[in-house]
Amino acid sequence: MTTTETPPTGAVPAAEKKNWRTSGGVRGWFGRQHWAVRTVLALVFAAVAYLLPYAGDVPVLGPQIITEGIDWPSALFNMSYYVLLALGLNVVVGFAGLLDLGYVGFFAVGAYTVAMLTSPDSVLHTEWPWLAAIPVALAIAMLSGLILGWPTLRLRGDYLAIVTLGFAEIIRIFATSSETLRGDRGFSDIPHPPGSYADGKPIFGVADATPYYWLGLSVIILVIFGVRNLDRSRVGRSWLAIREDEEAAEIMGVRTIKYKLWAFAIGAFIGGLGGVMFAGQQGFMNSQTFILQFSILVLAGVVMGGSGNLFGAILGGALISYIPDRLRGIEDPIFHTDLFGFRFAIFGLVIIAIMIFRPQGLIPSRRRAMELKDREKEVAPQ
Amino acid sequence: MSEPHMETPQELDAANARPVDRAMPTGTVGRSVGEPELSGGRSGDVLLEVDHVTLRFGGVVALNDVSFSLRKGEIFGLIGPNGAGKTTCFNAMTGVYRPTSGGIRFQGESIVGKKKHEITRGGIARTFQNVRLFPEMTALENVMVGADAHHKTSVVGALFRLPRHWQEEKAGREKSLELLRFVGIERRAGEVSRNLSYGEQRRLEIARALATNPTLLCLDEPAAGFTPAEKVELLELIRKIRDTGVTVLLIEHDMRLVMGVTDRIVVLEFGKKIAEGTPAEVRDDPKVIAAYLGVPTDAA
Amino acid sequence: MNFSGLIQDFGPLTITGLAQGAIIALFALGYTLVYGVLRLINFAHSEVFLLGSYACLIVWGLFGLDQNSATPNMVAVLGYLLLGLLAAVVISGVTALGVELVAYRPLRRRNAPPLAFLITAIGASLFISETVGVVTKRNITGVPPLIRPTDVVVIGNMHVTNLQILIIVLALVAMFVLDRFINRSRLGRGIRAVAQNPDSAALMGVNKSRVIALVFLIGGLMAGIAAVMYDLKIGVTRFDAGFLLGIEAFTAAVLGGIGNLRGALLGGLLLGVLQNYAAGLFGTQWLHAASFVLLVLILLVRPTGLLGESLGRARA
Repeated sequence: MTTTETPPTGAVPAAEKKNWRTSGGVRGWFGRQHWAVRTVLALVFAAVAYLLPYAGDVPVLGPQIITEGIDWPSALFNMSYYVLLALGLNVVVGFAGLLDLGYVGFFAVGAYTVAMLTSPDSVLHTEWPWLAAIPVALAIAMLSGLILGWPTLRLRGDYLAIVTLGFAEIIRIFATSSETLRGDRGFSDIPHPPGSYADGKPIFGVADATPYYWLGLSVIILVIFGVRNLDRSRVGRSWLAIREDEEAAEIMGVRTIKYKLWAFAIGAFIGGLGGVMFAGQQGFMNSQTFILQFSILVLAGVVMGGSGNLFGAILGGALISYIPDRLRGIEDPIFHTDLFGFRFAIFGLVIIAIMIFRPQGLIPSRRRAMELKDREKEVAPQ
Repeated sequence: MSEPHMETPQELDAANARPVDRAMPTGTVGRSVGEPELSGGRSGDVLLEVDHVTLRFGGVVALNDVSFSLRKGEIFGLIGPNGAGKTTCFNAMTGVYRPTSGGIRFQGESIVGKKKHEITRGGIARTFQNVRLFPEMTALENVMVGADAHHKTSVVGALFRLPRHWQEEKAGREKSLELLRFVGIERRAGEVSRNLSYGEQRRLEIARALATNPTLLCLDEPAAGFTPAEKVELLELIRKIRDTGVTVLLIEHDMRLVMGVTDRIVVLEFGKKIAEGTPAEVRDDPKVIAAYLGVPTDAA
Repeated sequence: MNFSGLIQDFGPLTITGLAQGAIIALFALGYTLVYGVLRLINFAHSEVFLLGSYACLIVWGLFGLDQNSATPNMVAVLGYLLLGLLAAVVISGVTALGVELVAYRPLRRRNAPPLAFLITAIGASLFISETVGVVTKRNITGVPPLIRPTDVVVIGNMHVTNLQILIIVLALVAMFVLDRFINRSRLGRGIRAVAQNPDSAALMGVNKSRVIALVFLIGGLMAGIAAVMYDLKIGVTRFDAGFLLGIEAFTAAVLGGIGNLRGALLGGLLLGVLQNYAAGLFGTQWLHAASFVLLVLILLVRPTGLLGESLGRARA
């Protein structure tokens, strides 16, 4: 729908303009640009993102940016799946307004399904290639979203939070205790994504994480398009209506349960996608991989970035991965240990500081005045 | 608190006392089997029939054996002093409350126990006594939510921008702009509804309700807080709505407004129907005068 | 499933569950109180408990006690217990106040959305538990054996130990005193007033900020008592002990009806007991999973918990 993206022109009512300006920020500025400018900017942004693995080569600034205790491409890949998770959770929390504290559960479902289907350690002994396991993993992740959502979405917000927390705990306990999921021993030799260079070397090897990062980035871009399409349609409107006044929404004909379930399923799908990527890169995983702090970290990322805003979710997701990784390999002056050990502690402080100074998040969600497009002139002659 | 407790009916009106349990088994699809259908031949012009409806909240009887029916194409007034059960009656008709006993039939089909969104898509739309818009949405988006009620494409269509979805979005947007023009606030289309004036918000609510393509539009005190001039404009709007073929049910305090616009009126008092008829008949009914117009006013 | 095991061990499972439930119930009070007044989940309450569980260990450590010490004589035990309780209660109370001051008050002043409070609370929780984690190198810390569990009452195969009795009695006494305080005292009346209607309470001259601080403080005191009992019962503590038990405690609070003091007691005891039945039935590793399944089932039948949310106002 290119028409909806056309920015309002000079015919915008004065009040409207003022409103945009006052709610400004980066996002507001971006929204005011011509669609061509925005496209170019987006392309430049994407290009920079793809070139990030070479950031270390940039003089002066580069060495400050890249991580020390973990190789930079791996850190970038970590960021990519955190961003993916943040995007997915943003659908659930930011768009539909459902507080999900156990989002890591879907990540685990995706990763474990891949492991079960591909690893030689699995009792299934299917040993599928990574690619073949993806559809199954995503379907099961979505299904788990529906299974969790169906009985619980009738509950009020706070209760939903604790029930989702419980869901993630149950999955973790199940992974730890069940013989099939192998607990601490975990699954090894999970295959990597397919593809090889001309000389026969696999693209997705163990040494260099750069291709994984590019893959992750590409998946992120696809997800951004999908989520944005949803947000700008009746689906996004329904979510917003539910968030603002659930009963009024239902009386206006919105099928509230259906859209809440969709939010859960879509969130679970994206979370599962993150798990699939993770399993494909790591090659090994066990029950220690999916600690509960993880979901909370992702939630913190979403809210910190700006709940309900795609750019905010991306920034938040990237930060929650980048900050700890950046701290790796730096010795603290008091205990003389790796600062990475303090990562969550420092993170806790950062979260508090950000929320106190910007309670709406770094990039707050701004309600766009989308539908106006060029019919504006006709409607509001000025 | 789910515990029923003694409150006056108007307090119950205001609170969301015991909404209909959504999990309740209902005849969700098609005509419900148990309810005797109102045969089309018997009274072809009846649109909505409230049939001996009683609604209790704990010990309080909010509606007591109330019956009336609306005919197609009329403007129907539901009046009564504060706490008479008008809004309760409204809520029962739009699926917010479930009657303790009695039936409500719309176009010959029982709507008791139906889900709220089903009732809306079945053709009953409403506004709220205290405006309930989606405050962060623009005026246009608010109306589009109503228009979405009849759209077929959903998540899949939106995700892949299917042509059909695109068409529906476009049609919905145009229809919504049309409706904003109809209620006279098209210039505010892009404004976040929170920023609209009170009168504009009330009009926007009407536009949103109309966007669901209702056969019956229920207006819950639409003139509350209006200036006399605004009331006159509202009267015109209500007539305009009726002229498009929509039946209008009006709950109102302002007697002049009700008398001026309605074709027929039902008067409630303490949850009971005490009178029914044309405005002139009702106005002269001694029971109504005692209950409602007891204190002489300039209303008539 | 092991039904015969459950039936056979019904007595022991019940008494273990009650003791565990008593700790959970005291812990749950902090969630319930804060929720009752602020309608917010105090995610950092788990760390209030955690610091309490370390505070008493540190005090005992000052007297040269560690997990390898011999059990001292009765009088000394009593003294140590009181000192430990005092330390835990003070540290937990101070921590709770600190959390309110750092993570809640600034946001309240800015009228932040509810989710923001949850996030700052998460931040505070992460900071505290992870700092403890770094300092203790994420190892478990042993507790001096102040009380050797000995059977006091034996009925069939049900052995009730002195420790279990102590825990249950202490919890009940604490609950009783708190209930009295909330329902009888002037400060308690202030808390109830704010819980029911913050705006009109403010109009009636109740200092809302002070009530909120008070509520955090009381929650902290209760968590401190719970922490000492937890140490004695489990014998070890760790940087994530608060987090794990905190989930249980919050579940208990919701189970009984969050915002409702007696609900927390009921929820805690019930959760402790049912958890242990489930453990007997399915195996110990399923103990925690069972509590969540239970929670979901109960909420589906009674969406506001078993006793409803009485401390606060009714919600539409």
